[in-house]
Amino acid sequence: MARVLMKGNEAIAEAAVAAGCRYFFGYPITPQNEIPEYLSKRLPEVGGYFVQAESEVSAINMVYGAGGSGGRVMTSSSSPGIALKQEGLSCLACAEVPSVIVNMMRGGPGIGSIQASQADYFQTVKGGGNGDYMIPAYAPGTLQEACDLMAKAFDVAFEYRTPVMIAGDGMLGQMMEPVEIKKVDIKEYDLSWATRGRNGAKEPHIVLTAHLDADDLEAFNEYLQAKYRKIMAKEVMFDEHNLDGDPEYVLVAYGTVSRICKNAIAKLKEQGVNVGLLRPITLWPFPNEAIARAAARPSVKAVVSVEMAAGQMMEDIKIAVNGLKPVELIYRLGSIPPSPDFIATKVLELKGRK
Amino acid sequence: MSQAVFTKTKLLRDVPTHYCPGCTHGIIHRLVGEAIEELGMSEKAIGIDSVGCSGLMFQYFLFDQQCAAHGRAPAVATGVKRVNPDCLVFTYQGDGDLGAIGNAEANHAAIRGEKFTTILVNNAIYGMTGGQMAPTTLPGMKSTTTQRGRDVEMHGYPLRAAEMIASHEGTYYAERVSLHDTANILKAKKAITKAFRNQCEGKGFNFIEVLSTCPTNWGKNPVEALEWLKENMIPYYPLGVLKDKGAA
Amino acid sequence: MPHITVDAEICKGCGLCVRACPKKILRLSPTVLNQKGYNPAECVDQPQCTACRSCALTCPDVAITVYKD
Repeated sequence: MARVLMKGNEAIAEAAVAAGCRYFFGYPITPQNEIPEYLSKRLPEVGGYFVQAESEVSAINMVYGAGGSGGRVMTSSSSPGIALKQEGLSCLACAEVPSVIVNMMRGGPGIGSIQASQADYFQTVKGGGNGDYMIPAYAPGTLQEACDLMAKAFDVAFEYRTPVMIAGDGMLGQMMEPVEIKKVDIKEYDLSWATRGRNGAKEPHIVLTAHLDADDLEAFNEYLQAKYRKIMAKEVMFDEHNLDGDPEYVLVAYGTVSRICKNAIAKLKEQGVNVGLLRPITLWPFPNEAIARAAARPSVKAVVSVEMAAGQMMEDIKIAVNGLKPVELIYRLGSIPPSPDFIATKVLELKGRK
Repeated sequence: MSQAVFTKTKLLRDVPTHYCPGCTHGIIHRLVGEAIEELGMSEKAIGIDSVGCSGLMFQYFLFDQQCAAHGRAPAVATGVKRVNPDCLVFTYQGDGDLGAIGNAEANHAAIRGEKFTTILVNNAIYGMTGGQMAPTTLPGMKSTTTQRGRDVEMHGYPLRAAEMIASHEGTYYAERVSLHDTANILKAKKAITKAFRNQCEGKGFNFIEVLSTCPTNWGKNPVEALEWLKENMIPYYPLGVLKDKGAA
Repeated sequence: MPHITVDAEICKGCGLCVRACPKKILRLSPTVLNQKGYNPAECVDQPQCTACRSCALTCPDVAITVYKD
């Protein structure tokens, strides 16, 4: 397919269809509405199903039902809606239901704003629901990357039998960029566990979230943790920019903010300050080792978390850097993206302080 | 060789259940298993378990099941039915699960005319958690959270779920049945079978409310509990068909 | 001859079958205890049984099998 100019939400929706998504359950919330709108029209054209649920809570449980039956299923929402879906996310993780959840983050807390934000970092990677579970989360920086990651998300969801999140933001959803919706080679996964009727199977299929016996629950949790260690070992994704030129500072930023950081880095370069960028593509598993390696470079004075949140990702960066270098924070709140000048000025302030 | 005229449905495992002595969940389990077997859907049935005493029913039935979060079974069934349109999909929910925390899910499944079946077990109390007030607890009825009896000025009135569900255009069939004697158990079987058969024929949302007992949390022996159901629940929750779009 | 059998280990001694039996020939055993400590139901007058199935239909534990002859 040729490159076409598409709105972010619509491009992501079409990429989901290309990745084999045939079931969508959702509830309207700005700034992600173009995803359900697009899929309500598109999915029936490819033999799929769209249901507008009565709430986000209901939508995520429809995802559970369809995913538990082996369907390639997706939902999308935005921050307060994702908060409502957390009960379901915990159940999806527990029952090991493959599914993709798109979050076009907006400002919070509470109802907040409808503009872009990254204040759902904790909600994405620390688990908003109950219990010990993790959800692989992809944070695309461009629409092309968002489209490509849809196929990756479905693959990871089925390979590991886990919910997978796409952590975008309102800006990514609302902007237009040229994208190529690539043809996806859809892999066949074992669905012998899914509820599709017993059909002669030796035992019935049970999609289960209850383990009332403590020993049983401990064993199940150990099994989940082993799966998460495998994901951490194999599925980390990140991107590096200008790290090889002896940078004084390493910015760590994802999604929309990472793009702004690149402009800030160019501006700083004009002023003779050399700054690199490490961009996590997976927020979980977090690129701990890559960040530690970047921090260990002799030229690096500090690692700087740049975010549209009050230092949420900085906590994980501190864990990654583990005291090797100072970890600083540049942020703006309330759905206001930091401008390149803002970031550059803050980096210069850091430099002046030292 | 003796000829058996009543044997256990093949869809129930030969294991003792965790239900208290005299709890009527076991009767409903049997009716569900028999109905599915008689419709020839044993290999094509998918049950959605709810949270409450029946949350462990996956241990007893021999067809596919998904365990839903509290109140969410109708949403889960909505997803299951989309992927498995040729399967017999049903939710099995208690009064707290369906009438309180899952009221939205149940109503909207009916409003959408979802082509699955919902079985509501109404025993007027929260059984699993130890006898708290349910949305169906009768006026004056004692529970651990209405220790002097349900005061309608404070707690409002009991929910008539079958009437509520029947009011939606998407509901094809809604009936309330009881288990207080053999004749009514036979009627309940007929209603559940009909609700499943309607689904297999592609007809909209089908709903059966089953008046049931909770001897343990009612503080009665199992026989007294059936008498109490008959004398106290049926006057507030009248039996019969509330809606049948298939009736001539 | 019509008769019933009760799976004494599945039976919880709830007594609903005793109430349901039109011939009043069922009781909870005054002597037998099953592994869970319940007194299971038993038929005290099998020849009176008509295989009407009332006991089996009301048994919450599906512990009763009914035979016609």
